[in-house]
Amino acid sequence: MTEKLHEYVEMLKVRDSAWVADVKDAFGEVTVTVPGEAIESVCHYLRDDAGFDMLADLCGCDRGPEDDPRFEVNYHLFSTIHYDRLRLKVLLSEDAAKVPTVTGVWKTADWHERETFDLFGVVFDNHPDLRRILLPSDFDGYALRKDFPLRGYEPYSMN
Amino acid sequence: MSTAVENIPGSFEAADPSLESQMTLSMGPQHPSTHGVLRLELKLDGELVVKATPDIGYLHTGMEKLFEYKKYQQGIVITDRMDYLNPLGNNLAYVMAAEKLLQIEIPERAQVVRVLMCELQRIASHMVWLGTSALDLGAMSVFFFCFRQREKILNLIEAASGGRMTPSYFRIGGLMMDLPAGFDNRVRQFMEDFPDALDTFETLATGNTIWQSRTKGVGYISKEDAISWGLTGPCLRGSGVGLDLRRHNPYTGYETYDFEIPVETDGDVWARFRVRMRELYESHKIVRQALERLKPGPIKSDAPKVVLPDRDDMRKHMDSLIHHFLIVAEGFNVPEGEVYMPIEASKGELGVYMRSNGGPKPDRVHFRGPSFVNLSALPVMSEGEMIADVVAVIGSLDIVLGEIDR
Repeated sequence: MTEKLHEYVEMLKVRDSAWVADVKDAFGEVTVTVPGEAIESVCHYLRDDAGFDMLADLCGCDRGPEDDPRFEVNYHLFSTIHYDRLRLKVLLSEDAAKVPTVTGVWKTADWHERETFDLFGVVFDNHPDLRRILLPSDFDGYALRKDFPLRGYEPYSMN
Repeated sequence: MSTAVENIPGSFEAADPSLESQMTLSMGPQHPSTHGVLRLELKLDGELVVKATPDIGYLHTGMEKLFEYKKYQQGIVITDRMDYLNPLGNNLAYVMAAEKLLQIEIPERAQVVRVLMCELQRIASHMVWLGTSALDLGAMSVFFFCFRQREKILNLIEAASGGRMTPSYFRIGGLMMDLPAGFDNRVRQFMEDFPDALDTFETLATGNTIWQSRTKGVGYISKEDAISWGLTGPCLRGSGVGLDLRRHNPYTGYETYDFEIPVETDGDVWARFRVRMRELYESHKIVRQALERLKPGPIKSDAPKVVLPDRDDMRKHMDSLIHHFLIVAEGFNVPEGEVYMPIEASKGELGVYMRSNGGPKPDRVHFRGPSFVNLSALPVMSEGEMIADVVAVIGSLDIVLGEIDR
């Protein structure tokens, strides 16, 4: 079922073996772990040469304050040509939670990256407009981090 | 006066910015045509929109955070409140993500009922879209005809699940309960009356020349832009891409149903309107097929550690009683892993990213709402248009702020 997806991974490996740090095949989905600094080139390559013309989703994930690397950024790629899906994953440590933006590859990444920045504090380098999107601009903290309490630190009031 | 007439659609040009003739207008968050609490920051040159910046988050309630503190089965009720016009679609995406992690099979009858209910919900959702977008453009009566049809569907959903807007009808491993007696006949009755209502809509909206001149050529987005901006659902199909996940990434047995994917190539408000109108006929077709397939059978999968046992079994079997207690009190453990489950909701691709660390509560749940992504492309469609057309564009995107802000 996932043989076809592994072909894309092979294509990536042939192009540059440093691009593929890890490959995981589970639940009929293939996840490729990509080094943070290579993500933009990988996405460009997959869009232009493997037909992944749509970024279906981009979301952050916090593994917890004890874990290093602590943060994950998941890129769910989709193709309107061959309808395959591929997940790219970038692992980030807490002190260097920075990854290059992919807004230059897919315009839809704009809001997804803003959301990830807003809720996890992951910085997307060279993003054209990296502001909070869901929470108010003066909100303190990053709400979806595991160490952020469910009810927040104090009641938020808009002044 | 004569110059204004000559200039009608498309030929307006922005004034020289050095003249400082531009003004900024805040549209919303209480504007009636923003479908909830959306605020648009419009930079205007007279009536012309030079720059549009959507401002969202007014309805943010931290649902994704809340999922991490709830057991898997408790999360279903949160999903109802995201896209509140298509709650069954949200239920389906969520439970299917969990089922993918648990790797459990769903019995045939439950699959058919899921398709049946989802397509009814799609019709109901499109009814709200048609009614409100017509209302935004000044066509008052379409709204009442649409809500009359939607009411019938909500009654059906209420009969099946007990809730009108918040059904939580799909459960991990099957359905909450079986359909009530005589339900299929009620659906058949609705199916028989609905084509007449569709004719009414075609007369009131499609055949209406005012409607046509307000929508044709307005809010254009090209095929390439639509893909790059991640548009899905009717918005993408209005730009000439025949993508429908029910066909191309099939789930719940959609691959066995006979239906067409309506595609329009104009990429404007009219094209997106036509796609949704034609989808109503296709949903009608699918409901009919699902009704024919509705055969008696189990509605819950055979997974006693996950699915609540029947009341009757609990009175007779000790192990059923224990399972019931454990599922309710402690929840069930879901194998470690991560999945992305996309479905074709009424507004586009609704994807659920679910991640489990092996416990009874998810480690992370992320909803990729179609409205969120479709709204992000609003500036492309509305810049260079008149301010009144922005309202038409928002209507054609069919957004629900509950899903955007989560």
